[in-house]
Amino acid sequence: MSQAITPKSRPVHAGKKVRTAMTHGALIFLSVVFLIPLYWLITSSLKTDAQLHAWPPVWIPNPITFEHYEKGLQFIPFPRMLANTLTIAVLSVVGTVISCSLVAYSLAMLSWKGRNALFFILLATMMLPGQVTMVPLFVLFAKMGWVDTFAPLIVPHFFGGAFAIFLMRQFFLGIPRDLAEAARIDGCGPWGIYYRIVMPLSRPVVATVALFSFLGAWNDYLGPLIYLANPENFTLSLGLAMFNSQYGSFPGQLMAVTTIMTVPILVLFFLTQRTFIQGMTTSGIKG
Amino acid sequence: MVPTKGQRRRQRERLWTGVAFALPAIVGLLWFTAYPVLASLYYSFCNYRVLTPPRWVGMANYRHLFEDPLFYTSLWNTVYYAAFAVPLGIVLALGLALLLNTGVKGLAVYRTCFYVPSVVPIVAGAVLWIWLFRPQEGAINDMLRLFGVREGPGWLQSPEWSKPAIIMWSLWNVGGSMLVFLAGLQDVPKELHEAAGLDGAKRWDSFRHVTLPFISPQILFVLIMGLIGAFQFFTPAYVMTNGTGGPVDSTTFYSLYLFNVAFSDFKMGYACAMAWVLLLMVLAATLVVLKSSARHVYYAGGEQG
Repeated sequence: MSQAITPKSRPVHAGKKVRTAMTHGALIFLSVVFLIPLYWLITSSLKTDAQLHAWPPVWIPNPITFEHYEKGLQFIPFPRMLANTLTIAVLSVVGTVISCSLVAYSLAMLSWKGRNALFFILLATMMLPGQVTMVPLFVLFAKMGWVDTFAPLIVPHFFGGAFAIFLMRQFFLGIPRDLAEAARIDGCGPWGIYYRIVMPLSRPVVATVALFSFLGAWNDYLGPLIYLANPENFTLSLGLAMFNSQYGSFPGQLMAVTTIMTVPILVLFFLTQRTFIQGMTTSGIKG
Repeated sequence: MVPTKGQRRRQRERLWTGVAFALPAIVGLLWFTAYPVLASLYYSFCNYRVLTPPRWVGMANYRHLFEDPLFYTSLWNTVYYAAFAVPLGIVLALGLALLLNTGVKGLAVYRTCFYVPSVVPIVAGAVLWIWLFRPQEGAINDMLRLFGVREGPGWLQSPEWSKPAIIMWSLWNVGGSMLVFLAGLQDVPKELHEAAGLDGAKRWDSFRHVTLPFISPQILFVLIMGLIGAFQFFTPAYVMTNGTGGPVDSTTFYSLYLFNVAFSDFKMGYACAMAWVLLLMVLAATLVVLKSSARHVYYAGGEQG
């Protein structure tokens, strides 16, 4: 009955076409604005020194040179920093996935007294600014001899994180109860249900949590800034900021190193776009 | 009903299984949250410079804080940043999401263009923008020249323009909020729009009375997360100014000042007092927003928030 009055049955107005064209125009303009900084980053890394310092600025590098990449990589011990960053990031991912999935399983599928209280406390910690715990944790880790090691940047991830637990709990709640029940009747204990039923079904949420915890570690600046002192232990974030403060007058090399730090993440983004966008949009709004 | 012995035993068993699986979080909460929160509160009443044990000084840190001009400067900088970056970010993200939600072709491509900047590592983005903001060789002033601005602002080198510059950087990173809004907009029932269109309601009215109420939970979420983030805003400001918060403290944001108090001056007690004041401000701001929004936020479930 409502069919008669749907817009589809109306003729397509010229006004609609104009509006579509204007929408495209606005979107193209805004896309260009958003992408200009990245265009500038990549082209600057390919310009000769003369072009980098030219006035007015040059927008198209001519000729293209790769010398900044060679020189930039000599200035900072890139392989070392990459290895450090990857070590921290990979171990953080492992810790987060293992610990948060266990906790989320307990919160979603086991019923026990105190479960809701724990969940509530975990949610409340999301509101707590890191600055409150920053100083005592530094003092504590210093006493444990952990300063200038990766331990303060890795170990906490093995003890759960509110956001990842929240995401995983939401996902686990969507797993049909009957599956767990059937497994229990077949003689599976809680561990077996977790390991054989829940985890194999939860690849999407594991991927989201792993991706975001990897990015968190790759991007982290404050943590390494507090805990790492020896340049041998620096991460890419720390190394790039140091490079910027010491060799700020070599824009070509700076942009080359910045590009090298950015490109792997952009590649990762394009490979995992669906997981990425799902993770961003299910960040606790729904449900 | 009195539980039988067997029931009680089963209940206890269930409790222990639940606790065992939740153990990482329980230990983590005690070790990395509860202990440091209490220690931080204690240190905030102490003179503590790491090398000597903390010495109780009562309210001295808090009294000192309210006489510290840099405390007020950093607070002002932070409020300035929050007052512009958060609302402008919401407007921009919502605008982009609305444009994308018109059923336009190529949505995925445009969406990627807007989101990609948010994927760029924070330090890399900050270093890049330092160069975009260079008054002479930077891309931004060069583009302003196109529009007839002969001499663009000094941006990060000018006390008046450094905060607007950092706010511009933050607007480049609205991709996450845009995705949140886009997801919300896709849930707005199409019939409502069509009904509004047939009623002859103007587009603005339909946006104001149909779309906006529907995505009000998302707006509230982005607003609160944005405020919390703004109070803790640190990394870009630190990287762009090499930790100085310059020029003339114009980018000494609250968390940057706190960091320098703790790890340059090693005034740990004072830093903890600052952290507790920060916590109270974040809680107060969140409560005010939640209270004042309660009447405007609409939940599709039917209950009024």
